[in-house]
Order: sequence, then structure tokens, then C-alpha cells
Amino acid sequence: MTGESCGLFEYGHRACGGCAAAMAARTILDAAGKDTIIVSATGCMEVFSTPYPDTAWKVPWIHSLFENNSAVASGIVASLKKQGRKEKVIALGGDGATFDIGILCLSGAFERGHDFVYICYDNEAYMNTGIQRSGATPYDASTTTSPAGKCSMGNRRPKKDLPMILAAHGAPYVATASVAYLPDLKKKVEKALATEGPCYLQVHAPCCTGWGFEGEKTMAIGKLAIETGLWVNYEMEDGKVTRVKKVVRKPVEVYLKEQRRFRHLFKPKPNETEIAKIQAVADRNAERFGIDIKLKK
Amino acid sequence: MALGLGCSAKPGRAKENRTGSWRTFRPEFLHEKCTKCGLCSLVCPEGCIGEDAEGQPVPDYDYCKGCGLCAEECPSQAIEMKKEEK
Ligand SMILES: Cc1ncc(C[n+]2csc(CCOP(=O)(O)OP(=O)(O)O)c2C)c(N)n1
Ligand code: SF4
Ligand code: SF4
Ligand code: SF4
Ligand SMILES: [Mg+2]
Repeated sequence: MTGESCGLFEYGHRACGGCAAAMAARTILDAAGKDTIIVSATGCMEVFSTPYPDTAWKVPWIHSLFENNSAVASGIVASLKKQGRKEKVIALGGDGATFDIGILCLSGAFERGHDFVYICYDNEAYMNTGIQRSGATPYDASTTTSPAGKCSMGNRRPKKDLPMILAAHGAPYVATASVAYLPDLKKKVEKALATEGPCYLQVHAPCCTGWGFEGEKTMAIGKLAIETGLWVNYEMEDGKVTRVKKVVRKPVEVYLKEQRRFRHLFKPKPNETEIAKIQAVADRNAERFGIDIKLKK
Repeated sequence: MALGLGCSAKPGRAKENRTGSWRTFRPEFLHEKCTKCGLCSLVCPEGCIGEDAEGQPVPDYDYCKGCGLCAEECPSQAIEMKKEEK
């Protein structure tokens, strides 16, 4: 059977089985519809969807460099405006493309206030080149450039708070989402597209290959990130947090011990000092966003 | 030879790449247990689960990579992963 897929993101792409970035791509196009122009930086999503001459995209799609993703999107938006055309523009980038290499052009585009949506699928490292740490890699995660070993517990720095940086540019809509909650992701894409001005969406995209878990667990791992408070799903309108997903919080160990990138924290026995530091990150998130559902005694 | 500015590709041409050959495990759909909730086709990263005339989910084995996400997420345990026999 080789039927036509009904979506705008065609099958036959080369993502790993169970890839969250592929789920995100499908959902984003589902929300955006056919009158959309996609600008895509280098990274897994670009590589697995467009090995020339193949492409999984059934909407206009252009490949930028890492550095100039938002600048290419800005140019397209300006040109569409001049021509009086109504297509929507979405710039897509991984966390490396967004948090690190493309942040200059991203900041410029938000400062100029172009009407577009920037979506970062955040798999928390440079996956396409073999799992190097980025500004989005969480504390203590082992990557090839922050390897855990005798002298190191993994990545030494906390995850950069990019949504707040973009909100500080005066962005009208900034939100976080997760592939573990696809209908919520879809709604946020729709809302961002309907909002005038530069909007930012950051989507948690667990990566089985880079984080070290079985592909069938992608959604389950994404849910655990939210249930432990290590990832918070929220919306910000005009700089104010207006909606937050609340949870009955679980201890961070239940999330950490499912992944190879945190395995060193449990060997030979649980490293309580380091795990407590990660728990403190979750506790701070919980306090800052008010995510805790208080159970009645 | 003139150098073109960039390259273009036919929309959706990736479909010529049959990723079903990657599969080690095959999802088998137990229609008697299925409630037609549609979750499997929503989560499939390939987008390769369609439906038959009765609204029952049907995977396209030409593209299914056998990742097992549909089986893991199905709320009715209506999908079983079986070792592929070639
Ligand atoms: C300027 C530049 N530096 C490095 C590379 C090599 N490169 C290609 S993909 C990639 C990783 C991208 O990481 P991220 O943006 O997080 O996306 P992911 O692969 O994790 O989805 C790198 C470093 C490049 N293409 N261009
Ligand atoms: S390495 Fe990770 S992000 Fe890249 S295709 Fe594989 S699962 Fe997806
Ligand atoms: S997730 Fe399970 S119950 Fe729901 S449609 Fe798919 S097979 Fe049926
Ligand atoms: S096993 Fe994976 S690729 Fe195959 S139908 Fe299920 S979710 Fe889709
Ligand atoms: Mg990445």
C-alpha cells in the first residue's frame, strides 16, 4: 500500500524511528496549513527531511545558513508585505541554531518586529553532528563535548532562558510546548500565527538517539520532563505569563534515570549532591511559574 | 556549465524513499480492541497511519519504521509489536 499521506509533511523522511522533531514538523504544518513558507536552518529536521533531491515538505521551503535563519525569514516577510501577499512565514531551527549560532539574527528580527513565527525544536544539544552541548543542554547532561567521567559530572552550565530573552524584546507572544502534548502544540502554533509581530515558540523534543532511550518512549519522556518540573509549558502575552500547565510534581530522579545522558548520576550509586542540584532547578521552576497542584490532605 | 542559484526539489518527493525497510518490529493492530480514538495516527512520527472504511487505523508498512510509539501510547492496548519476518 502506498497511499498519499494526507499531511503537508510527507512520509519517507529519514528521521530516527520515534523522532520528536518529526512529530513537531507534522504538527506545525497541520496547524499552519498550505499557505505557509518555511525557512529552515541546518540541523536534524532539515537534514532528515531534505536530502537533495528529496523533500518531505509540501509547502514552499527554503534552507538558510545557521546564522541567518531569522534574517532570511525577515527578507521574505518584507517582500510578501511589499507584494501585498498573505502567506505566513515560519522559521524553524534546532536549539543549537537558535540558542547559539542564530541568536544574533534572531534578536535583530525580533527587534525590527517582523510579523513571523520562530519555532525552536529543542532536543537540548547539537544532535545532527553527534551530540555536542549547546546553550539549551541541561545541567549535568553528558554530551560529546561535556562528557561525564572521573573529572566531570557532564554539562556545567544551566540551560539558557531563551523564551525570557525574546519576551524582553517586546515579543507579543512567547510560548513553550512539548511533543508530549501535540494538541496543545497545535493550538500554540495557531495562536502564534494569528498574533501580529514576532512570536517565539520553543518545543521540547526528546531525542532517543542523543539522550539514550528507546524511540517508543519519546512521549513518555516528554511527559516526565513536565511532571518533574524540569520543563514548564507556559504562554506569555506582552511579557506576562498568562497560562501555565500545572502538575502533581514527581521527583526529578524518575526523569533522569530513564536516560543514558544522566546515567553517570546513578553509578555506582546515586550522586545525591548532584541530583539535589537538579531538583533545585525543578523547585525554582515550580516556584517561579506556580506549577504545583496542591493535593488536599 | 552555468551555476544555478540554489537547487529545488519536487514537493513531497521523499515519498520515493520507502522507510519500511528499516523495521525490525511490526505494529499489528487488533481491531476488536480499538476504540478508534485516533491517538496512534496523531503520534506516529511518520504520519503513516491512515484509516479504513470503518474508521479503523491502518499503518502503511511501506513507510512504518517500527518505532513502537503507537503501541506504547495506545490507551486500549490495541497494538502489538511483533518481530518482523522477512
Ligand atoms: C556555521 C555552521 N557550523 C556548523 C555546522 C555543522 N552542523 C550541521 S547540523 C549541526 C547541529 C545542529 O544542532 P541543532 O541546531 O541543535 O539541531 P539538531 O541537529 O540538534 O536538530 C551542526 C553543528 C554548519 N552546518 N554550519
Ligand atoms: S538524532 Fe534525535 S532529533 Fe535527530 S533524527 Fe534522530 S531522534 Fe530525531
Ligand atoms: S490508539 Fe489504539 S485505540 Fe486509539 S485508534 Fe489507535 S489503535 Fe485504536
Ligand atoms: S511503529 Fe512507529 S512508524 Fe510504525 S505506525 Fe507505529 S508509530 Fe508509526
Ligand atoms: Mg539540537
